[in-house]
Amino acid sequence: MAPSFIHIRDLRKRYGSYTALHGIDLDIAEGEVVCVIGPSGSGKSTLIRCINLLEEFEPGSTVILDGTPVKRGRALEKVRAEVGMVFQSFNLFPHLTVLRNVMLAPMRVRGLDARQAEGRARELLARVGIEGQADKYPGKLSGGQQQRVAIARALAMEPKVMLFDEPTSALDPEMVGEVLDVMRLLARSGVTMVVVTHEMGFARQVADRVIFMDGGRVVEEGTPSQIFDAAREERTRNFLGAVLNH
Amino acid sequence: MDILDTFFNVPVLIRTYPLLLWGLWVTIQIGVVSIVAGLVLGLFLALARLYAHPFVRGMARVYIDVLRSIPILVLLIVIYYALPFLGLRLSPFMSAVAALSLVSAAYTAEIFRAGIEAIPLGQFEASRALGLSPRHLMVDVVLPQAIRIVIPPLTNNCINVMKDTALASVVAMPDLLKQATQAQALTANPSPLIGAALIYIALLWPLVGMVSRLERRFAQADR
Repeated sequence: MAPSFIHIRDLRKRYGSYTALHGIDLDIAEGEVVCVIGPSGSGKSTLIRCINLLEEFEPGSTVILDGTPVKRGRALEKVRAEVGMVFQSFNLFPHLTVLRNVMLAPMRVRGLDARQAEGRARELLARVGIEGQADKYPGKLSGGQQQRVAIARALAMEPKVMLFDEPTSALDPEMVGEVLDVMRLLARSGVTMVVVTHEMGFARQVADRVIFMDGGRVVEEGTPSQIFDAAREERTRNFLGAVLNH
Repeated sequence: MDILDTFFNVPVLIRTYPLLLWGLWVTIQIGVVSIVAGLVLGLFLALARLYAHPFVRGMARVYIDVLRSIPILVLLIVIYYALPFLGLRLSPFMSAVAALSLVSAAYTAEIFRAGIEAIPLGQFEASRALGLSPRHLMVDVVLPQAIRIVIPPLTNNCINVMKDTALASVVAMPDLLKQATQAQALTANPSPLIGAALIYIALLWPLVGMVSRLERRFAQADR
């Protein structure tokens, strides 16, 4: 059997004596939207940071993206270029305008000329609803706007998969909606997405599959209704009870 | 003989100022070449100190620490008087430039390192996640942000290099100080030394002022 689009086997990660991931197995299909939920410290951010090797995993673990093993070496930059990532803290480049933030990687990594890159960047900025801010610096934008720029910046590489690491956790509550709206549009357009989130409403509405993690293990996975309405594991029910009833 | 005649003897100053200006030109040449060479070498040292193979990293650290511990005058004398025994004979100009830029590079490397380390980890992660190569990560993302942080301390270092050019006079380099002491001997009057002091101040005061202005501006921009 050919490995799936994202193929993760026995993914283990230790920090000194602390084990963050105890051998995760996960397969994600092309076009699938997977939401990863769980308490803090459950390893969900570590899991997605291993997919583009921002976090180095233990020897013997396997991560394969569309047939290419993710590992140190010459091919790593190529693999990373295929994986878009959106961070909790945006991580926009403060010395570049919004437009230049989105243009940089397509020019440097994909070899686009400035005109092509600008065309693509303006298109994407329009798609995330901030075409009017193209010439401003990130520091002048609200958190919600900055995160939408970060999404456009990742999309500009035309990645095979988009990883979201708690994209709304650093936002003021009134800005969460605008970012989730953009992510909803992406999900509908068929982009493969892995989203670490605390937004249970979003996960229920948008995810094809929800994964609940705790203590560095996948405790339970299933469709949103399987997880949110009929969780089999007590740990899942306790967690959902705690986050949904407050 | 009153004090004005001794230290501000106008006829002596008029007679010797062409010598002093010639010395100033030599000082500027030594200073500028040493500063540029020190900047380039210092940047590579900083990158080696941070990112190279552990062995090279260790060597860079030893270099930086040793060169910051050695008095420039001692290094200059070693280069000019001792290296010829090993078959390497440098002109006074080259000896001065070598001593000044080797030391300046060590200080510059530490300044660049601090600047690079001040850039948030998220900037590195975002660049890597986009697939940028280590070179583009440095050139397009990290260094443009680090430059802002390092300009005030780098300017300070430039001022120090400019002042240390005066040490070149011990290897018979006709820099500003050497010309002033020669003019003093020639005229049996110390006014040329005072003239040289005034020229050093006129050269470096604007730079000192610039450092304060830059520091104030960056401090405001950070708020």
